[in-house]
Amino acid sequence: MNDDPAYTGQTFKSVGTRPLRPDGVDKVTGRARYGADFTMPGQLAGLVLRSPHAHATIKKIDISKAEALPGVKAVVTSQDLPDVTGGDRELLPILENCMARKKAFYDGHAVAAVAAIDMPTAKAALKLIEVEYKVLKHVTDVDKAVEPKAPVLHKDCFTRGVDPKPEKPSNVAKVSTFGHGDVDAGFEQADVIIERNFRTEQTHQGYIEPHACVASISPDGSGDLWVCTQGHFVFRQQCAQLLGMDVSKLRVTSSEIGGGFGGKTHLWLEPVAMALSRKANRPVKLVMTREEVFRASGPTSATSIDMKIGVTNDGRIVAGDATLRYSSGPWAGSWAMLGAMTAFACYDMENVKTTGMEVLVNRPKTTAYRAPSAPMAAFAVESVLDELAKRIGMDAVEMRIKNAAKEGTQASYGPVYGPIGIGPSLDAAKNHPHMKAKLGKNQGRGMACGFWFNFGGQSCTNLNISMDGSVTLTVGTIDVGGARASLSLCVAEELGIPYEQVKTVIGDTGTLGYNEMTDGSRGTFASSMSAIMSARKAIDEMRHRAAKMWEISPDDVIWEDGHARAAGDTNLPPLSIADIAAAAEKSGGPIAGHTQLVADGAGVSFATHICDVEVDPETGSTRVVRYTVIQDAGKAVHPTYVEGQFQGGAAQGIGWALNEEYVYGEDGRLQNPGFLDYRIPVCSDLPMIDTQILEIPNPNHPYGIRGVGETSIVPPLAAIGNAVSNATGVRMTHVPMSPPRILDALDEASA
Amino acid sequence: MSMLVSTTVNGDSMEFVCDASETLLDSLRDRMGMTGVKEGCGTGDCGACSIMLDGALVCSCLVLGAEAEGREIETVEGMSDGSKLHPLQQKFLEHAALQCGICTPGFLIAAKALLEKNPDPTETEIRYALAGNLCRCTGYDKIVRAVQDAAKVMNKKGKKA
Repeated sequence: MNDDPAYTGQTFKSVGTRPLRPDGVDKVTGRARYGADFTMPGQLAGLVLRSPHAHATIKKIDISKAEALPGVKAVVTSQDLPDVTGGDRELLPILENCMARKKAFYDGHAVAAVAAIDMPTAKAALKLIEVEYKVLKHVTDVDKAVEPKAPVLHKDCFTRGVDPKPEKPSNVAKVSTFGHGDVDAGFEQADVIIERNFRTEQTHQGYIEPHACVASISPDGSGDLWVCTQGHFVFRQQCAQLLGMDVSKLRVTSSEIGGGFGGKTHLWLEPVAMALSRKANRPVKLVMTREEVFRASGPTSATSIDMKIGVTNDGRIVAGDATLRYSSGPWAGSWAMLGAMTAFACYDMENVKTTGMEVLVNRPKTTAYRAPSAPMAAFAVESVLDELAKRIGMDAVEMRIKNAAKEGTQASYGPVYGPIGIGPSLDAAKNHPHMKAKLGKNQGRGMACGFWFNFGGQSCTNLNISMDGSVTLTVGTIDVGGARASLSLCVAEELGIPYEQVKTVIGDTGTLGYNEMTDGSRGTFASSMSAIMSARKAIDEMRHRAAKMWEISPDDVIWEDGHARAAGDTNLPPLSIADIAAAAEKSGGPIAGHTQLVADGAGVSFATHICDVEVDPETGSTRVVRYTVIQDAGKAVHPTYVEGQFQGGAAQGIGWALNEEYVYGEDGRLQNPGFLDYRIPVCSDLPMIDTQILEIPNPNHPYGIRGVGETSIVPPLAAIGNAVSNATGVRMTHVPMSPPRILDALDEASA
Repeated sequence: MSMLVSTTVNGDSMEFVCDASETLLDSLRDRMGMTGVKEGCGTGDCGACSIMLDGALVCSCLVLGAEAEGREIETVEGMSDGSKLHPLQQKFLEHAALQCGICTPGFLIAAKALLEKNPDPTETEIRYALAGNLCRCTGYDKIVRAVQDAAKVMNKKGKKA
């Protein structure tokens, strides 16, 4: 069997077509079951009590009155979730975040939880829990948190990544540095240097489905968890470890997911639901309110970025140096590191240096948001590049084309690129009619580029041939944007059968080996590679079965258009999959193809966006009037769903650029934990979003597939920033560019 | 205080008991099994729980279960004609107007309410009519196109009849 994952350059019959998604009818009829739509027999209603303080020592929690309330079946605190992590640097913060231990670190931090026979009883019980806090000084601002006098969140936090180890603890958890060349020498060659500080505010992924789960832990130590998640295998692994269970004894079933965008890669409620269930000896359902989603599930980082770039008069970038401070909530993540890695990834630079600083603040634990950390870094880089182009009198697109990374370029974060799409996406932008369209009064046009790595990693799939010849593919990656359709298309392609004959389902954790989650745009890339290998194994098996049926050598059986054919000049009629499957009992039993692999070589992804805005100089209100996304998909398996990814990411980026932000009061409390005051784009805010799919095959995938889900959120902040700057004549440096901020910038410029 | 409520859901007479403070959204989901009605916010901001109540488009999270007494409710579960999808449902599928699908029931109900009042809306009218429904996946482009196309199909059918 051919187990080589390399791109073959084949022509396609199924891949590239646009059939209806298999999960579609359930979703338009209300049948699809999401996190909160599931009920177990004897299920209890759970609720979480959360800290009203941004930073406080928990002196005492008295749960006795709550426990005594009739109908209450369990009350848990951190004592019911003892630390069995052995100090694991990844797991311990997850545990500390799920349930505060000695300190509450942000407004909304869980401190206790109840399970009761119904919601009114659970609500009453929550009010009976008495928590004694000692309120501490807090810091929520990323720049203030690094000041010497800032309240330090963790007394044992000594900055990692610097030598020698600092003498004093601080809120800078980690410093990560990337780059090559000599930036000082590079700046010496520059004719123009621009140095600016950029700020972006914290945003939330804003999935419409709040986090929800139902947990059932049996007295025999086994458990079931129903949950909306981007990665049920990862959830199983981590939940079992946190609860001290054998991993195999916990079965996790993923619900249909009502949006994730990174926010459902992380545990928030699930270990608490399990602890409640364990204590109550009953299934427990926990569902977050929208307010809880905002206050207590991870948003993206707020950032403050010092950006310095130098160019020669002919438009060559000779040096770039950036210091990027990313807030990560009360515990360190990898957010500043990812910002530092992605910042200059679009460009071929001799001298580049980026320093990422992971900053702890009294805000919710940061988690991934679609191409995490890249949009903010791109905002800073692409804004300065636009300004530099203007200063030297060069077209902004031409300057980027001149500096675009290409095959063989050493990326600013280390590796050497294979075939990539940044140059082609810029060429496409240059030639796009949008670039030449006329602008109206108070309008401006901006463009910007973006990059995302794309991930690969562990995947495991089963392909089973039914007795009627129809095919079931079982995967362990969550479908967030149409992956079931794409994976069915890949299997149909490989087997040579119609799409309708293949059904892709997402198996629970008992059905497959470990699968990494749907993040890093890996779902279709990695699972399709595994699915294609599973199909190849099934084909190999069916060739052998046909050989047995025909009593010829398997070497004389070829697979063509969904049929086994005897090679050479024979009278043997071809056998369909149904023919072979019908005879399976006599030829060796059920026919299947199982694959486990580590999908290496996820092709990096690039995009260029073009945007026209209209700014009302009286109110500062900005309207996006035209928007175009150009992105390399490698191979667009289902082009309509690829367009959907491009459009959805752009819309999220537009919201981030113009409206969305976490607003904290002086008291450290979140002021806008609801969709009324945290305003995501609505239908009347946006124009149609045009898309252009480029296909530069990924050499490391049989069909040339790259991930497509995330890059589309990277350029919008900068594209809109450049458009607003061009419309107003004032350089915008603070996202979101909300009306008050634009008015302030206009006032400042005219003063 | 618990109350016994008699109501009509998608043409079927139903009775349920609920606490006086319970929302119609919770009654529909927890008492009547209509989990196609979704909760995204509970404050009337996202439209995922949109239903028709006596012919008016409402967020069921802003209505009490007790208020359903003697009234007629339509939810996404009652939208198709047996196994035949409503043109809006069909066009949402064809245009990929959904990704995760959590907002879809609310959008379908709101779009149906729009087309019943205004069978041939402009793009702007569609965008404003659906501005009370949040979608985080699609950027609305394909939703607007689906509604435009469904309107076309429904108008053609109307003319034939």
